[in-house]
Amino acid sequence: MVLVFAESPRGHLKKAAFEAVTYGKKVADLLGTSCTALTLGTVDQAAELGRYGASKVLNVADASFDQFDSQRFAAAIADVAKNNGAKVVIVSHTSTGKSIAGRLAVRLDAGLVSGVSGLPEVSGGQLTVKKTVFSGKAIAEYRITSPVSVLSLMGNAIKPDASGQSVAAENISTNAGSGRIRVKDVRTQEGRVPLPEAEIVVSAGRGMKDPSNWGIVEDLAETLGATTACSRPVADSDWRPHHEHVGQTGIAIRPNLYIAIGISGAIQHLAGVNNSKVIVVINKDPEAPFFKAADYGVVGDLFEVVPRLNEAFKKFKASN
Amino acid sequence: MKFLVCISQTPDTTAKISFSADGKEFNAAGVQFIMNPYDEWYALVRACELREALGGSVVALNVGPASNETTIRKALAIGADEAVRINAEPKSAAFVAKQIAEYARNEQFDAIFFGKETIDYNGSEVGAMVAEILDLPYISYASKLDLNGNAATFERDIEGGVEVLEADLPFVVSASKGMAEQRIPNMRGIMTARTKPLKVVEPVPFEEQVETVKFSLPPAKAGVKLVDPENMDELVRLLHEDAKVI
Repeated sequence: MVLVFAESPRGHLKKAAFEAVTYGKKVADLLGTSCTALTLGTVDQAAELGRYGASKVLNVADASFDQFDSQRFAAAIADVAKNNGAKVVIVSHTSTGKSIAGRLAVRLDAGLVSGVSGLPEVSGGQLTVKKTVFSGKAIAEYRITSPVSVLSLMGNAIKPDASGQSVAAENISTNAGSGRIRVKDVRTQEGRVPLPEAEIVVSAGRGMKDPSNWGIVEDLAETLGATTACSRPVADSDWRPHHEHVGQTGIAIRPNLYIAIGISGAIQHLAGVNNSKVIVVINKDPEAPFFKAADYGVVGDLFEVVPRLNEAFKKFKASN
Repeated sequence: MKFLVCISQTPDTTAKISFSADGKEFNAAGVQFIMNPYDEWYALVRACELREALGGSVVALNVGPASNETTIRKALAIGADEAVRINAEPKSAAFVAKQIAEYARNEQFDAIFFGKETIDYNGSEVGAMVAEILDLPYISYASKLDLNGNAATFERDIEGGVEVLEADLPFVVSASKGMAEQRIPNMRGIMTARTKPLKVVEPVPFEEQVETVKFSLPPAKAGVKLVDPENMDELVRLLHEDAKVI
């Protein structure tokens, strides 16, 4: 059996969970077994996970799991994995999943590959999986030789497939011990897709000249339903909030479309974005290093190009 | 307070990445190595700041061969009081975690620090593994850490926001941007680093559960297609019809 931990931050299943279950179902098919999804704490619509391929949905409806503690979460997931004889345990490669994956590997005496970006090859029951390494500059292939495998799945690595049937969630209990972490507050930007989950990201850098010029970037993001991001110098000068900073020291992202506006493309920035599927670079300097990593480039004044691009997208949306 | 900071040595961000002909090994020839930035800028510096404020000691630990000692001395120059090198090639996250946990088990550390991930294998695995082996709380991606007596308060980066939390000592933490500001070692630090203790410990046995099949380089980009800045309809058409991302 393949066990997928479907995370539900603040009670809601999100894209990361749907991707993980879709992936888990495909791994289960490769192994000739079934996929079970597990949720912890209060969660709405756990039955939905059936549509993404879980043949069984388990929920530990214990409100103490509404506060994240990697120790208790790993204990509960490992407990369910053992009780159900899971051969593969899958979590999302998110702030939650990354905090749990290493713990699960220890608890289950399992080999771990974190941040996998594609489906495994299966041979003799063993999984061989790929992930990007060296901040996107290389790909590594690993074979897990232990009887149980733990994988964390990179965001945007698979398209959620909701073609199945919903399955009534079954309530179970686990013994996860008592927690030693007390969550005091969670502050999130509601109403916007968080950067790691965003399919389209519009990002801007020092070429914007002044924080008061960001309107054109926000307008473009609004048209595209995109999330806004920024380069390090912009975050460091407090032109934009810290959580928008993408790049090596900020957040690493892999959207389908990354539009970089007035960003020169220092290697530290590329390290956080070079796994984007398609990169568009808008810069007035034809020598900007970012053009070497781009799929499409526009050499021009961003203050003219960005509003023009926004109009073009609006026209496209109106006719499609 | 007694703090352990686990430091890793990684290729410099700008290093050209290549592998042996069979794809089995990283090609280190001509590569400049550095201390993993998250370990250095955030984890090590914050541990040193807390030691300066509260007293105690900071131990820097690296799992690696003798050639890593330049990086270890840098940690001492930045402010660690002593260092430990576990004399082994850091073959995998699980191997490194085992070595660190076995060393730390009887040392009574109040906190164990990691960077949020290494810039080479990007796994973010070791901290969680050490926490589990030692049965300690683990706070990952912490952008803020303060100690108040026997409790610690943290801010932790989560998707689209921040989580504020509290834990009792001892704990394991992984540091992200914001926890501290990078420090450049000064001359006095560099001089005293030479004479600070650096203990070499032999590794404990470990059985690998993950094998590297091979490394490869991603397919080269086809090259940038330039679009006339006057004609953004064309860019939209390309993104829709060719790239199929909108």
